[in-house]
Amino acid sequence: MTVLEHKLNAEQKSASDMIQYVTVVIGGQLFGLPISQVHDVFVPESVTRVPMSAPEVQGVLNLRGRIVTAINMRRRLHLPPLQEGQMMAVGIEYKHESYGLVIDTVGEVLTLSSASAEPNPSNLDRRWAEISGGVHRLDGRLMVILDVDRLLGAMFTEPMAAA
Amino acid sequence: MDDLLREFITETNESLDVVDVELVKFEQEPNNATILDNIFRLVHTIKGTCGFLGLPRLEGIAHAAETLMGKFRDGAPVTQEAVSLILTSIDQIKDILGELEAAEGEEPQGDDSELIGQLEEMSAKADAAMKGGAAAEEAPVADAEPEAPEEDASAEQALERPLRPGEVSLDELERAFRETEVEVDVVEPEVPEAEEIVDEVEEPEPAPVAVKAEAKVAAKPQAKAAGEGGEKKASGGGVSNQSIRVAVDTLEHLMTMVSELVLTRNQLLEIVRRHEDSEFKVPLQRLSNVTAELQEGVMATRMQPIGNAWQKLPRIVRDLSQELEKPIELEMIGADTELDRQVLEMIKDPLTHMVRNSADHGLERPDERRAAGKAEKGTITLAAYHEGGHIIIEVRDDGKGIDVERVKAKVVERGLASEAEVDKMTDAQIHKFIFAAGFSTAAKVTSVSGRGVGMDVVRNNIELIGGTVDLRSTQGKGSSFIIKIPLTLAIVSTLIVEAGGDRFAIPQLSVVELVRVQTNSEHRIERIKDTPVLRLRNKLLPLVHLSQLLGIYEGENADEAIDADNGFIVVMQVGSQTFGVVVDGVFHTEEIVVKPMSTMLRNLGMFSGNTILGDGSVIMIIDPNGIAGAMASHASSAVTENQEDEHEDLQSRAVSGQSSISLLLFRAGAPEPKAVPLSLVTRLEEFEVSKIERSNGRDLVQYRGSLMPLVYLNEGDCHKTEGTQPMLVFSDAGRSMGLVVDEIVDIVEDRMNIEVGSERPGILGSAVVKERATEIIDLGYYLPQAFEDWFMRKEMDIEALTKKVLFVDDSSFFRNMLSPVLKAAGYDVTTCTGPHQAFDLLENGDKFHAIVSDIEMPEINGFEFCESLRRDPRFRNIPILALSSMVTPASIERGRQAGFDDYVAKFDRPGLIAALKDVFSGEMGAAA
Repeated sequence: MTVLEHKLNAEQKSASDMIQYVTVVIGGQLFGLPISQVHDVFVPESVTRVPMSAPEVQGVLNLRGRIVTAINMRRRLHLPPLQEGQMMAVGIEYKHESYGLVIDTVGEVLTLSSASAEPNPSNLDRRWAEISGGVHRLDGRLMVILDVDRLLGAMFTEPMAAA
Repeated sequence: MDDLLREFITETNESLDVVDVELVKFEQEPNNATILDNIFRLVHTIKGTCGFLGLPRLEGIAHAAETLMGKFRDGAPVTQEAVSLILTSIDQIKDILGELEAAEGEEPQGDDSELIGQLEEMSAKADAAMKGGAAAEEAPVADAEPEAPEEDASAEQALERPLRPGEVSLDELERAFRETEVEVDVVEPEVPEAEEIVDEVEEPEPAPVAVKAEAKVAAKPQAKAAGEGGEKKASGGGVSNQSIRVAVDTLEHLMTMVSELVLTRNQLLEIVRRHEDSEFKVPLQRLSNVTAELQEGVMATRMQPIGNAWQKLPRIVRDLSQELEKPIELEMIGADTELDRQVLEMIKDPLTHMVRNSADHGLERPDERRAAGKAEKGTITLAAYHEGGHIIIEVRDDGKGIDVERVKAKVVERGLASEAEVDKMTDAQIHKFIFAAGFSTAAKVTSVSGRGVGMDVVRNNIELIGGTVDLRSTQGKGSSFIIKIPLTLAIVSTLIVEAGGDRFAIPQLSVVELVRVQTNSEHRIERIKDTPVLRLRNKLLPLVHLSQLLGIYEGENADEAIDADNGFIVVMQVGSQTFGVVVDGVFHTEEIVVKPMSTMLRNLGMFSGNTILGDGSVIMIIDPNGIAGAMASHASSAVTENQEDEHEDLQSRAVSGQSSISLLLFRAGAPEPKAVPLSLVTRLEEFEVSKIERSNGRDLVQYRGSLMPLVYLNEGDCHKTEGTQPMLVFSDAGRSMGLVVDEIVDIVEDRMNIEVGSERPGILGSAVVKERATEIIDLGYYLPQAFEDWFMRKEMDIEALTKKVLFVDDSSFFRNMLSPVLKAAGYDVTTCTGPHQAFDLLENGDKFHAIVSDIEMPEINGFEFCESLRRDPRFRNIPILALSSMVTPASIERGRQAGFDDYVAKFDRPGLIAALKDVFSGEMGAAA
């Protein structure tokens, strides 16, 4: 954890459970990732396909000497592929390995109180509910909290069970 | 646990391993003082250190053992018992050490008085035995005496007790040490390697240099310092100023960092390559060289002599030799051959297992050896040497070799292959079965081996590190296992290829050669039906496109992935399997650092890892074993597809060689070749034309005391007018038929794909055999021509016993071929073209005593057919036999689960008859 993160964590505690979110847009929907989990934001370039992998695995790429597994969030959320424009990726770490979530665009950083988060609406698409950690009501739009552990954890267990 | 104790445990374990080896040597050469001194010194060191660290139990045993050895040194005769006893003590010390380590430094409670008592008793015996012989020994001891007092004094100081009786003074040890100094390398095998560590590490890291210098300074006073602690240092003293101990973790970390450096270097080189006049060029070249050297150096620190993995073997062989009562000599060649320590660790166990195997069922008993005219003492040879980028390890024995017949019997018994298949296999192919799971030919289970777990585990372990194991054996002469493993796992030389628009790295270890195919070149891709093959030096190589294997082919029809006119074929060998992988392009070879796949992708068997190439992109590394596996399943899936085709009567069950069947090629009536499966032919005969007689309007010959009718392929043909007349004889139950042919052309092993069906009676269809369109004849048509009642007569004979059998097979070829066989055996056969028809018949109320069903059928396969029959109470008890061209343990098991009573290979006619007889006799037995 960097000094910054430590500071942020400290701040979060002091500011009565304020959480900072990096917002991203996937298929027009606003999502938020806890900033403590986001390592970097990059443009996924020269992604190598991984044959026979799960469909949502876009491939692997070299990010400053590390091999990162890129996960296409549109495919993960069962959305049509982005027609044009540059995709972006959010680098996260999960169980000591690097993953990149490929999304449409990255937005601003929002500081929100965890108290204002609401549980998933019961009629939310099951595939979405699976990876959503709640919803924040913002001015004019809703932000879905991405639960990284559940997002990636689900992808782990599936192939393992099948194997 | 403090550092001192930890170091003590590590060092003592090493010393004990050496003692083990030396003791076995000593037993064989009891007069070799050098060896004895060596052992003595090591045990003494252990004893001394134990005293120093306050470990009384260890000290007690070490002391008693040392005393006994002291007697040997003084000239007592060396007996096997005594050596065994010392070995037992060493084992005890090892056990205590193990517990000590587990208990974080607490010496375990326990009583060793019995062992010590035995040792003392043995010492007393030795004492008695050498009375008189000792006088000569005393002189040198006395010579050394003058030095003693001073040294002794300090020793006492460190020990805080006087020397015990039977203990040896330090000077004597020093003398022993001086005498054996030249042997130091043997004693501590890690020494040369450690030396290298210092040498190599020197450049990049200044710290060890300081250590080295320090060590130099420190070494001298330490060597002088007396007392057990100092003596311990001095034991390695000759080299202690040139080497340091480095934790493996440190080396591993260094290795990882160097790997990263190599990758970065490659990337930089790639960039500079693109910019012609870059000022970075020269310094980068320099960096590149330094990196290469650094990489080599760090690699060298990981290298260890293979002797380290062999260390325990002399002891094991000695114990086995006693247990099995076979004198065995273990010969070790090339123990200093170096390989990566990671690899070393992984082959230790397989090697031990193989040596055990050789000793137990490789070598014969002494009396058998004598009878065979061999020396009574069997020899097991371990040899290691470098070859290319690999290390070859050979485990060889001069025993009885592998009993091919016994393996064959076992193979058939286990259902790994049918008798007919086994008969056609070469000895080498038979030998391969040794590596099949759960295979052991040891007649009885001994404590050593024969439990049926073993060689398959050995093979798996070796394959895990990208190696292969091969077996050569000559009956009566001995057998030898040849293991080929890569020198290191961290850096792999790979071939970069392109398939389906992506690049992949194939480890060169498994690449045999590259073949470029072009329409007019020597090599060309041919097709048998849709299966592409390559003819390469008289061998037929199954081909598959890499993009097809990986499921990334983007075209419409995957079969068209292979462009017959242009392509590269990577010929790969994995174990005994050789196949061609077609790729779109071949780039270059590159040394790559394997990085593990992320956990999410680790379940993909096709890849062993990934890495970053010089140009910065990530590339997937192909796992040859995964490809080989996929190759096999690809082939079998092709079979199921093809069998949906009506004329795909005979299908190979795998693209590999064993799927082919023997065909007899002949000519009759017309110039085009004809063929019949060899397994149906009883004999090939030639008769003098004059022997052919004509009676009752047909040609006959006298054959084996009865008249054999001759049958012509085409109506109106006639036999030759002079010379001899070749014919194919088909016999069954005492009746024979001669099929007159013009010429017997050849017997070929080929796959029989009937591509064009035939409307003509007597011809099943045409297939490509040996690249020529060949007519496959329908024996079922000709047999009744010889005896009209060929298929009927038995029904008359044994009418009472006649059973109705339903034969379900989608392939007309088999229906035609096997129904005569069944009829001939006295069964009333009804044939069905598939399960649907069979269900209809059964629903109509037709009663059958047994059902014989094919497995590979379209729509409903045999397993499903059987399962659905078993679900119906009416058919729950009817015997059902499976008939399949795919006979593997797995398919047999699948068949059993589906409810089949027996599982028979398609070409195994006698097997089918026997199986039917079995189910009926069982049924009758149950009824009676």
